Amino acid sequence: MTETSTRFKSRTKRPSGRPELYTSYSQHLRMLNTRPKFVSVTAIVAVAALLPWVFDDQTLSLLGLGLAASIGAIGLNLVTGYAGQVSLGHAFFLAIGAYTAAALSGDPEDNELIGFGVTNVVVWLLAAGLVAAFFGVIVAPLATRLRGLYLAIVTLGLVFIGEHIFKEWPELTGGPGVGRPGPVPELFGVGLNTPGDFLTAEQKLYLLMLVTLIIFALLARNLVRSKVGRAFAAIRDRDIAAEVIGVNLTRYKVLAFAVSSFFAGVAGALLYTITGFIEPSSFNLLLSVQYIAMVLIGGVATISGSILGAMFITLIPALTRQLPNVAPFISGDATKAFNVFQLETVLYGLLIIGFLIFEPRGLFGIWIRIRNYWKAWPFTY
Amino acid sequence: MTAQLAEDLAAREVTDPILTFTDVHLSFAGVKAVNGISFEVGMRELFAIIGPNGAGKTSVFNVLSGVYRPDAGRVVFNGVDIIGVRPHRIAAMGMSRTFQNIELFANLTVLDNLMLGRHNHLKYGAASAFAWLGRARNAELANRAVAEDIVDFLELEQWRFYPVGLLPYGVQKRVELGRALAMEPKLLLLDEPVAGMNLEETEDMARFILDIRDELDIPMIMVEHDMGLVMDLADRIMAVDFGKAIATGTPTEVQNHPDVIHAYLGEEES
Repeated sequence: MTETSTRFKSRTKRPSGRPELYTSYSQHLRMLNTRPKFVSVTAIVAVAALLPWVFDDQTLSLLGLGLAASIGAIGLNLVTGYAGQVSLGHAFFLAIGAYTAAALSGDPEDNELIGFGVTNVVVWLLAAGLVAAFFGVIVAPLATRLRGLYLAIVTLGLVFIGEHIFKEWPELTGGPGVGRPGPVPELFGVGLNTPGDFLTAEQKLYLLMLVTLIIFALLARNLVRSKVGRAFAAIRDRDIAAEVIGVNLTRYKVLAFAVSSFFAGVAGALLYTITGFIEPSSFNLLLSVQYIAMVLIGGVATISGSILGAMFITLIPALTRQLPNVAPFISGDATKAFNVFQLETVLYGLLIIGFLIFEPRGLFGIWIRIRNYWKAWPFTY
Repeated sequence: MTAQLAEDLAAREVTDPILTFTDVHLSFAGVKAVNGISFEVGMRELFAIIGPNGAGKTSVFNVLSGVYRPDAGRVVFNGVDIIGVRPHRIAAMGMSRTFQNIELFANLTVLDNLMLGRHNHLKYGAASAFAWLGRARNAELANRAVAEDIVDFLELEQWRFYPVGLLPYGVQKRVELGRALAMEPKLLLLDEPVAGMNLEETEDMARFILDIRDELDIPMIMVEHDMGLVMDLADRIMAVDFGKAIATGTPTEVQNHPDVIHAYLGEEES
């Protein structure tokens, strides 16, 4: 290893015109290791940060929901996409996060609902994540005994247990049909869900979601390129081989569930600051399926794919709700025979099936195809 | 054989064994997969296990790497009794192996597979992984260099960034050997390293095995059906049949042992 010194140098100059020529390992291991990646990611973040001054408040709420859901989708992708442990219980962890945050930031004067009046967003966001992660750690030992379909069924059970508890615990959840207010976000004395001098409530919430998503996406990306991410993938691909090369299966499965639930808890807490209201029966199987759909449609075992998938699934309703104007046989009324809500449910299923058959790598895979096409253009390969 | 080499071989016998496998029994319901096998592997030895299909060779490997727990017996590796120790702990003690049917992480690149071999050498936890600052980053860089040395050693340069699932069979076998080597093992177990390979690939693999013994000084246990390879490479051979060791000794001794001939060719009708 005579050339060791140059192999590690991080500040060596990159030759121009050769985007994939690296002269040290640290250049190659950088998160955005080519100029196009760096430029495009910077541009996307810049555009996303400017959107609050472009769109109206209603659109911003919707986009904010998509950003918050992205955190949850990244969480599910870590445990299911990377570590290969199929979890249908994501709705349960979202609920734990939402209720932890709502209870912490709730009004302590309220006699009917639990509330502690801790409105600092950083505090309740971390608490929501930690409590959800705690439940994730409790559930994880199941994954060390079960795998595949059996694990999916057991995690499915979580959703039903959760739904029952949330319906029967009105002090925490307000009870079915009543619900409780969502978490109250406040940072350094500034209310984030109330209109301020410069920004509307929607603009502030959107920016909160964007900043949180960027932080969590970075953390997740770091995790998956480290030894932990590789160990997750090893467990997914060949668990016995993983153990024989020194990966502690129990430890990494527990870690996968803990991290995934942490992300879900944070996402749950953020989602209901936008809607401002938590209905206990909303944490059902359909919610879990939506998150599975985000992961499958966005791209299994990719962080950027999770974000794409979450935005896609969140924005679908906005599009389908326009359908009654175009196609009169679809009703916008939930009581009519074929309505947009039924259509949405069917659409999730169709999209999952369609993507699994035609583009198993999801939206991320489509992007890779486009990229490879233009890399070789004007040649076909 | 030069005098120097003969002296080396003699010296190998004297040193303490890296592994002692004593009277191990393993059965699945009524089938006795391993029925009282005993052997020792020296510090610098290439020990081969041969035998017909179903003789219990791979079962011996699975006992060694902790995948199976034997019913009785003693396995001492590097001075520690490893019966009942979990596979990942045994791996951390310095035993690594390859598999008969390739067990690579098919969706990961060659380099990631090698880096997984470095798993126990990457000393940082989940918290540093999230931050990817100093500690995790330096560990990744240093171990990447080791993985690249293995890429050089096994001539895998052109495959580095390919997902291993897409690679030809012979290359996958080499990557699996690389992953085992990346662990810097004190004992390397090779389960049929040249199964299904053509002559050229077999010769390449033989060259790598010799390099591992002579340059890296790693003792090996090899299970193999290719008798030419075993007889050429191994220092000592144990022949097993129906879970029992029927002969142990140098290649010539084993080759001419009546029980071995019987196990492979059957009884001559008289």
